[in-house]
Amino acid sequence: MSDTSITGTRTTSHSATERVREALTKRDRNISGLLLQTAVLVALLSTLLILFTLLGRMLTQAWPVLTNRGTGFLTDTIGSNPEKVGIWPGLFGSFFIGMGVLLISIPIGLATAIYLEEYAPKNRLTQFFVVNIRNLAGVPAVIYGVLGLTIFVGWLKPVTSGSTVIAASLTLAVLVLPMVVITSSEAIRSVPQPLREAGYGVGATKWEVTRDHVLPYAAPGVLTGLVLSLARALGEAAPLIVIGAITGLLPSTSLTDRFTALPMIIYSWSGKAADRQAELFNFPNVAAAAGLVLMVLVLAFNIIAIVLRNKYERKRTGT
Amino acid sequence: MTATSGLSGLTVSDLRGDSRRLGRERRVRSLLFAAAAISVIISALILFVLVRGTAEFLRLVYLEQLVDTGWFPRRRRYDLSTIVVGSVIIGLIAMLVALPFGLGTAVYLSEYAKPRVRKVVKPIIEVLAGVPSVVVGYFALKFIAPNVVGSIFDPSQERNMLAAGLGIGILVIPIMASVSEDALRAVPGSLREASYGVGAKKSTTTMRIVFPAAVSGIVAAFIIATSRAIGETMVATMAGGLDGSGPFAKFPTQPGLTMTAAMTNAVGGTDQVKGGSAFQVLFFVGLLLFLITLGLNAIGNRFVRKIRNRY
Repeated sequence: MSDTSITGTRTTSHSATERVREALTKRDRNISGLLLQTAVLVALLSTLLILFTLLGRMLTQAWPVLTNRGTGFLTDTIGSNPEKVGIWPGLFGSFFIGMGVLLISIPIGLATAIYLEEYAPKNRLTQFFVVNIRNLAGVPAVIYGVLGLTIFVGWLKPVTSGSTVIAASLTLAVLVLPMVVITSSEAIRSVPQPLREAGYGVGATKWEVTRDHVLPYAAPGVLTGLVLSLARALGEAAPLIVIGAITGLLPSTSLTDRFTALPMIIYSWSGKAADRQAELFNFPNVAAAAGLVLMVLVLAFNIIAIVLRNKYERKRTGT
Repeated sequence: MTATSGLSGLTVSDLRGDSRRLGRERRVRSLLFAAAAISVIISALILFVLVRGTAEFLRLVYLEQLVDTGWFPRRRRYDLSTIVVGSVIIGLIAMLVALPFGLGTAVYLSEYAKPRVRKVVKPIIEVLAGVPSVVVGYFALKFIAPNVVGSIFDPSQERNMLAAGLGIGILVIPIMASVSEDALRAVPGSLREASYGVGAKKSTTTMRIVFPAAVSGIVAAFIIATSRAIGETMVATMAGGLDGSGPFAKFPTQPGLTMTAAMTNAVGGTDQVKGGSAFQVLFFVGLLLFLITLGLNAIGNRFVRKIRNRY
């Protein structure tokens, strides 16, 4: 700091004007500043490098499998021969998990968010609801698996018929519910107050204002949260292990039978040893191919969400 | 409306509003309240399921089995310190990765990046946040373990706590980055301008003004990321190097077991007898994990609220 000071004793022979000019125009060697800037830039670049290494590694391992097998990889069933396996049962399971999230988490989560933001009085009970949801959002995924195992696989066996895709989608619907509530709440909270007051001013009831003014305005934000929640549900594997997803052979794809899902297939195939004989079709490569399919799915959802949010923010800030 | 034609014909019932609309309003309100109550029921159920299972587990085992060194469910040895220390070591390694990279990324994006750079880089970091944990687990197992850990340390034990910790670190970098970036950006610009106004350099402003002002948010980011690292399951299960049982390990280069890996193995194994203590331990470890992450999140959220209230 002292070397930038114009009252410094660095160049005593110069006149005051010259010293001021020098301080203002010359780039002094700001070592500590340069160090900090370099450090944070290195941190950022390393993060990006890690991300691209991960993506690159998945791509190079998965590409030969995907190009050789083509759509067969998507439509064949799982098995013990890495040359013939496909991920169809996983896609089937993941599709119904996504449906469960859409049909259960979204209505309940959105209703909760509307209640908390628009209806709830400012009292202890509401505060308890809010803290409770925030805590639920931090509960590790594997614990939701324990919940699903006891309740959806055990207690509700007559409905779900045990370790089925129905139990899985219910479990993951519960898992993403807090995320849906939190993101929807944020979107609803960002709706300007005058919009509501205009509605009340012409005699609309609370629900009419919410339905016709608040929700349409908050829709892009709500939608962003929903898409992110869906992506999260599709990528979770830990709760599925706990509720009993199948990792080996699966005879059929049905709603009332044992199930698997895309992340489970990747987990199961990753654990299998690579056959040194088979250069191309060994389980690690096939697992990478399944991983790539899952990543494309999940990242597509994420990119949609990010684009939606950016568009929405631009609209709101008017830039 | 009658009001415009003078007050003479107006009765109290005219001011009360349409009873059909008010009835619907009441129905909607109770429906929304019911939806909000579901979250409370879920919390209660989680707690009930974990506590009931834990009680069942504690009836099946003797206290000595919980301190007998090593985690061997099939031999009925459930040494808690083995899995807790495993979780702590892996969590620490993860945070050693996530703290510098995450925080550095946050400082760069918040203080240094030009708007154009920020607009490109931030979504990329968010994409990293979206990578499923099972994919990161695969990456830890097939890349970090052989190519990073195996090339520096003993290659015959490349699947170890270090590999799992590095993988989880990658997974929580985006959380660390985004929560602390929020904290840094919440610091008002006027504080920075005041600092520049008295002639401080950018680095001085960042380190002495912005950082202290955002410190509670950064602490929150660290705590929330730690909680996520300890609760992360797939990477620890896949790259930790153990298949459901193992001795007490205290060096990162040894294979180790986390609480989460112990849980997936309690149900994932093919030869487990349902109902025995080797299965019931799932609930016991689950309750422990639940309480640890709940405590961390509660502290983290308190710090988040602190910075939100200040600015």
